[in-house]
Amino acid sequence: MKARASVATLIVALLAWTGLVTAQPRLIVGILHIGSIADAGYNQAHAEGIQVMKRNLPEVEVIEVENVPEGADAERVMESMIKRGARLVIPASFGYLEPALRVAQRYPDVKFAHPGGYKRLPNLTTYWASTPEAFYLLGMAAGKVTKTNKVGYVVALPISFFLANVNAFELGARAVNPKVETRVVFTGTFLDPAKEATAANALLDQGADVLGVIVDSPITVVQTAEKRGAYSVGYHYLGAQKFAPKGWISGIAFTWGNLYTRFARQVLDGTFKSENILGSLNDDLLTMAPFGPAVPAEAAGLINAKRQEFAASKAHPFQGPLKDNTGAERLKAGEVFPLTDLGKMNWLVEGVVGQPR
Amino acid sequence: MIAPFVRSLLAGAVVSGTPLLYATLAEVIGQRAGVVNLGLEGVMLVGAVAAFVTTVHTGSAAAGVLAAGLAGAAFNALFAWLVVDRRANQLATGLALMFAGVGLSALVGAPYIGRPITGLVEMPLPGLAGLPVLGPALFVHDALVYAAVPVAVAVWWALFSTRWGLAVRAVGENPVAAFAAGRDPRVLQYQALLLAGLLGGVAGAHLSIGIAKTWAEWMTAGRGFIAVALVIFARWQPLRAVAGALLFGGAISLGLLLQARGLAVSPFVLDMLPYVLSLAVLAASGGTGRHAAPASLGRVFRGSS
Repeated sequence: MKARASVATLIVALLAWTGLVTAQPRLIVGILHIGSIADAGYNQAHAEGIQVMKRNLPEVEVIEVENVPEGADAERVMESMIKRGARLVIPASFGYLEPALRVAQRYPDVKFAHPGGYKRLPNLTTYWASTPEAFYLLGMAAGKVTKTNKVGYVVALPISFFLANVNAFELGARAVNPKVETRVVFTGTFLDPAKEATAANALLDQGADVLGVIVDSPITVVQTAEKRGAYSVGYHYLGAQKFAPKGWISGIAFTWGNLYTRFARQVLDGTFKSENILGSLNDDLLTMAPFGPAVPAEAAGLINAKRQEFAASKAHPFQGPLKDNTGAERLKAGEVFPLTDLGKMNWLVEGVVGQPR
Repeated sequence: MIAPFVRSLLAGAVVSGTPLLYATLAEVIGQRAGVVNLGLEGVMLVGAVAAFVTTVHTGSAAAGVLAAGLAGAAFNALFAWLVVDRRANQLATGLALMFAGVGLSALVGAPYIGRPITGLVEMPLPGLAGLPVLGPALFVHDALVYAAVPVAVAVWWALFSTRWGLAVRAVGENPVAAFAAGRDPRVLQYQALLLAGLLGGVAGAHLSIGIAKTWAEWMTAGRGFIAVALVIFARWQPLRAVAGALLFGGAISLGLLLQARGLAVSPFVLDMLPYVLSLAVLAASGGTGRHAAPASLGRVFRGSS
C-alpha cells in the first residue's frame, strides 16, 4: 500500500514537475504589423516596443506577424494567434480596428490593445500618443532655421491626424517667424520612396529650404533634403538624423515599450481594463530627437520653455482665433481645438499651402 | 516664373520616366518573343535589392547596376524555364514570380533598410548642362538616365534591323513558321527573356540606387504593372515606349509639382492624372485598324520537341 502510494506520489510529482515547467504563469502576446518591422518607421516603432516589453518581462512569449492586410486576413491571423494561446493581441494598425472588434467580441477572455481606435470594448483598449504639440515644437525649430521662409511637407494622405500635424507645425513656425509658409504635397501612398524623392525635389524647386515628412519611413525625404543642402525634420524613426549630419533639425518618434510592458503586466495580474489612453511628449509614449547643429541655442531654449507650458497645460497648439487657408474662421478667440477630436480636423490652417481633400 | 516650372517638370518627367522606360523595354522584348511576363514587378524588385546590397558592400554604383542586371536576368531565367521548358501558363507563372520576387527581395533586403549609400551620382554633361532651362532639366542626371534613350534605340535596332530580331519577332508572331525556317523558338525565347530580365533589373536599380537611394520593401509600388500597360500603349514599339514612359513619368511629376506650387485642385484628382492621361491617349490613338500585338502572344509552342 505504502509503496504503491509513494509510486503514485512520485508520478504525480513528475507530472507536476513537467507540467509546472510549461504551465508557469506566463503570457503569449500576438502582434500584427501592417508592413515590415524593419521599415525604419511606423512598424519598427511598434516592433521595438515589443522588444522592450520582452526585455522587461522575459516570461512573455511573442507571436509577431508582418505584412498583414487589413480586413478578413487580419481576423484570421488574430484567431490563429488566439488558438496558439495568445491572451493579449495588439493589432498595430489603425485599419485593424473593425476586424479586432469582431474578434474581440468572439473571444471575451482575450485582451486587445489597438492604436488610434475610436471604439472600445470591455476587452479592447485603445492607445495613441497625441502628436500636435510635438509638431508645434518642430515647427518652432524650423521657423528659426529657415532662410527662405518656406517649408515643404511630404505627406502620405490628407487624413485628419496628418492635417492636424501639419497645422500644428505651421502654427509653431509662425509663432517664432510670422513669415513662414508650409507647402504640402500628398503622395497618395505610405510607401513609394521614388515618388517621395520626386515630391521632395518639387518642393525644394519651389524654394523650400526645410523639408518635413509624414510617410512610413522618413529616410528618403531627409536624405534628399541633405543632398540638396536643405534642412529636415523627421518622424517615426529617431535614427533618421544619421542621414542628415548637416541639415538635421529634429524629429519625433513613438516609443511604445513601457506601455506594452504595462499591458502585459495587467493581463498577467488580471488588472487589465479598457481605457482610451492618449499619451504625449509629457509621458514616455512620444520622444523628441536631439536638435541638429542648425538649431540655434536661443531657439532650443524657447522650445523647451514651450514644452514646459504644454506639459503644464498652460498652452495649447490649436488656440483661437484661427482661420483655415481659405480664410474661414475655425476657432474663435479663446477657443481651443480639443486634442481628443483630431479625427474631425479636416482643414488646413492659414499659412499652409495645400488642399485638405 | 514659368521657366523654373518647366525645368522642374522636365527633370521630374525624365527621372520618374527612366525606370519605367527600362521596364517597358524589358516587357517589349519578352512580348515580341511571344511571352507575357506579369512578373516584371518581381524582376524589378530583385534588381533593386541586388543593386542596393552590392552598392552598400562595394561602394560602387556601377557594380550595383551590373549586379541588378545579372540578378534580374537570373530571376527571369527561372520564369523562362517555367514557361518555355515546363510550358506553364504565362499569366499564372508571372504572378507567382512577382510574389516570389517581392518575398525574396524583402528577405535579402531586410538587414539593409536604413543603410546610407551614395548611389548613382548626377553628372552634368559639359556644355549641355549650361543651356538655359533645358540644361538643368535634361543634362544634370545620373548615367542610367542618359543611357535610357540610347538603350531604347538599341533595342529598336536589335528587334527591327538584325536577323536575331527578325527571328525573335517571328517567334512571337508564329513560332511554327519560325521553327520551320530553322530557328529554335525555345532558344530565342530564352535569349529574349534573359535580356528582358537584365533590363528589368536595371529598372529596379534606378529606383533603389538612383532615385530613392534607399531600400524599402516593395518599393516598385506597381511600376512593373504600369510598364506592362505601357507596352500596349507603345504598341510593342521600343521608340514609342520612350514617349509613353516620359508621358507617364511627366504626369506623376506634374501632379506632385502642381501641389508644391499650391494649385487649388484636390490631391486625389492629381493622383489620378497619369491614369486619366493614359486613358485619354489610348482613346485617341486606339482603333487604327491594324492590331499591333504579336499574334502568338501568350500561346505555348509545342512544335519543337
